[in-house]
Amino acid sequence: MKAVAHALLEPGFFSSSQVHVAVAVGAAAAVVAAAVGSFAVLRGQSFAGEALGDIGATGGAGAFLVGVGPLWGFLAMGSAAAAVMELVGIQRARGRDLATGIVLAVGLGLAALFFSLDATYHPTTGATQTILFGSIFAVPGSTVAPAIALGALALAIVVALHRPLLLVSASPELAAARGLPVRALGAAYLLALAVSVALAALTIGTILSTALLVGPPAAAMRLSARPVRAMVIAALLGVGAVWLGIALSWDSFYWPPSGHGWPVSFFVVALVVVFYGLAALPRAWRSRRCGQRHGAPGQPPTMPARGRRPAVGG
Amino acid sequence: MTEPSEQAKPADAALMAADAARAAEAPLLAVEGVSVRLGGREVLHDVSFAVGAGQFTGLIGSNGAGKTTLLRVILGLTAADSGTVRLAAANGAGHHTGQRARVGYVPQKFAFDSDMPMRARDLVALGIDAQRLGIALPSRRRRERVEQMLAAVDALAFADTRIGSLSGGEQQRVLIAHALISRPQLLLLDEPLANLDLASAQGVVALLARICAEQGIAVLISAHEMNPLLPVLDRIVYLAHGRAASGTTQEVVRADVLSRLYGRHVDVLHVHGRVLVVAGAGDDSDLEGHEGGVSGGSHSGGAEVVL
Ligand SMILES: Nc1ncnc2c1ncn2[C@@H]1O[C@H](COP(=O)(O)OP(=O)(O)O)[C@@H](O)[C@H]1O
Ligand SMILES: [Mg+2]
Repeated sequence: MKAVAHALLEPGFFSSSQVHVAVAVGAAAAVVAAAVGSFAVLRGQSFAGEALGDIGATGGAGAFLVGVGPLWGFLAMGSAAAAVMELVGIQRARGRDLATGIVLAVGLGLAALFFSLDATYHPTTGATQTILFGSIFAVPGSTVAPAIALGALALAIVVALHRPLLLVSASPELAAARGLPVRALGAAYLLALAVSVALAALTIGTILSTALLVGPPAAAMRLSARPVRAMVIAALLGVGAVWLGIALSWDSFYWPPSGHGWPVSFFVVALVVVFYGLAALPRAWRSRRCGQRHGAPGQPPTMPARGRRPAVGG
Repeated sequence: MTEPSEQAKPADAALMAADAARAAEAPLLAVEGVSVRLGGREVLHDVSFAVGAGQFTGLIGSNGAGKTTLLRVILGLTAADSGTVRLAAANGAGHHTGQRARVGYVPQKFAFDSDMPMRARDLVALGIDAQRLGIALPSRRRRERVEQMLAAVDALAFADTRIGSLSGGEQQRVLIAHALISRPQLLLLDEPLANLDLASAQGVVALLARICAEQGIAVLISAHEMNPLLPVLDRIVYLAHGRAASGTTQEVVRADVLSRLYGRHVDVLHVHGRVLVVAGAGDDSDLEGHEGGVSGGSHSGGAEVVL
């Protein structure tokens, strides 16, 4: 087994402490992104997730300026933005995109300022590249513990509130009629979203963080009609994409142009897109078979009624 | 609006009186003097009525009459500007238990995303314990309870299908199961028949009447068309211009009562076993432009069909 791994992976992969950190932080980020992102897709808040990621850039650039780890910048800016979005009115369908858009515009304006100051005062750090596109191999070991603790917090929120959040996401009106605190649930969820976006930004950068948040849940929803199962599949796909991305990126040091290596985020996003595409295959295959059976002469009509799809992965 | 079906069921007068007495004595739901202003307009004006345990009550009124608003006030989702809503649970003997009655709700509008990973049975299961913390552990009792409920609303055939890819009528039945599985004492349904063809509408009405009778659940069902409901209604609450008249069908669906409610002369016609509420001939120009009230009529033999 180990021999196979060594044959596939270039030397030093298992002994590098950078790889250990990347594997741990990446897995935590992927699991949390899958659990939290599944609700973002259900609730139609993917745009809010995207905005929180982009605004993380402001926090990350600010963190470079004052000399603290980017995670704290992502987190501070993300939670502040989430709070403003909640206050401005993310709970109303129309208010939602408006609130998100306003916060996004203000945040990115500040990001432009911070990045230019970064370039003036710390011209050699490559802050822009690191913040926007991530550099998981450069995450310091001291970040591992807080990253995992934050991940556990976000995961605890969506696991504890799983059933209420599921009903609110499916139908806010049903949830309200049942006496669930719809607004408080939304606020708690937004906090979990801000934390998970910060972790995803640490892994693959602020701009690409949405890919980890939305991609695996969207693929998983194609594979299973069950809410919990879809979340578990999303977590597996996310961890798979991150780990495979880390391995490929490590290997790519030996690819042309030699000695540079391709960024992890490129591989992760590419793999997520591939997973999303592959996830469409089982259903396409099934409906083709269904169609053939339906078309055969003298066959009883076994097609499900129009507009009904067979439950996948049931 | 112009497809009435059957005449009011010939009422057993004694039974009706007993029902009314029970409703007055220990009503499950008592709405008293409720007025609601929305957007600067009075949508409900001094609405009062009561629903007794196990009663099947129709909330009838044309579009914009205030049905949805009234149901939302009962649920506590919209605040009344004045008046009170009391929901008091009663035991079998009709005595109050001092607790708030449990209420189930099937909203008028629902739009489930067709990709959403939630099967019909998952939504019904959420009806049991959506307020609980944590992920539901698989349990045989829970699964069997969901299975029974799905069977009761005749939804087993599509139990494993994604809720968003079901037809409107199928989603409706799943929502009824979602509401019923929490064992409510009062079930509120907002225009469940609005988008169904006549046969499906009759199917849903029969289903509700059966569940109401078997499980002793009181039903308050809103509709803009009363005829499909008439065979099963114990009582009726008729809304027009935000005002209400309530009582048995015989007491309410009468020319004098409805004329007073609409503020103009209307006739109540019994045609082929259907009830038509119409404005008198020559009065229809007045009806056409009238806001919010007796709208949506169509011409029918010289008379404007109101409801
Ligand atoms: N939030 C609101 N703001 C202003 N007006 C409202 C609001 N909700 C409902 N209305 C008005 O109240 C009236 C009654 O509405 P509704 O209760 O939905 O009627 P129905 O359900 O009988 O069709 C309508 O004229 C509607 O326009
Ligand atoms: Mg309505």
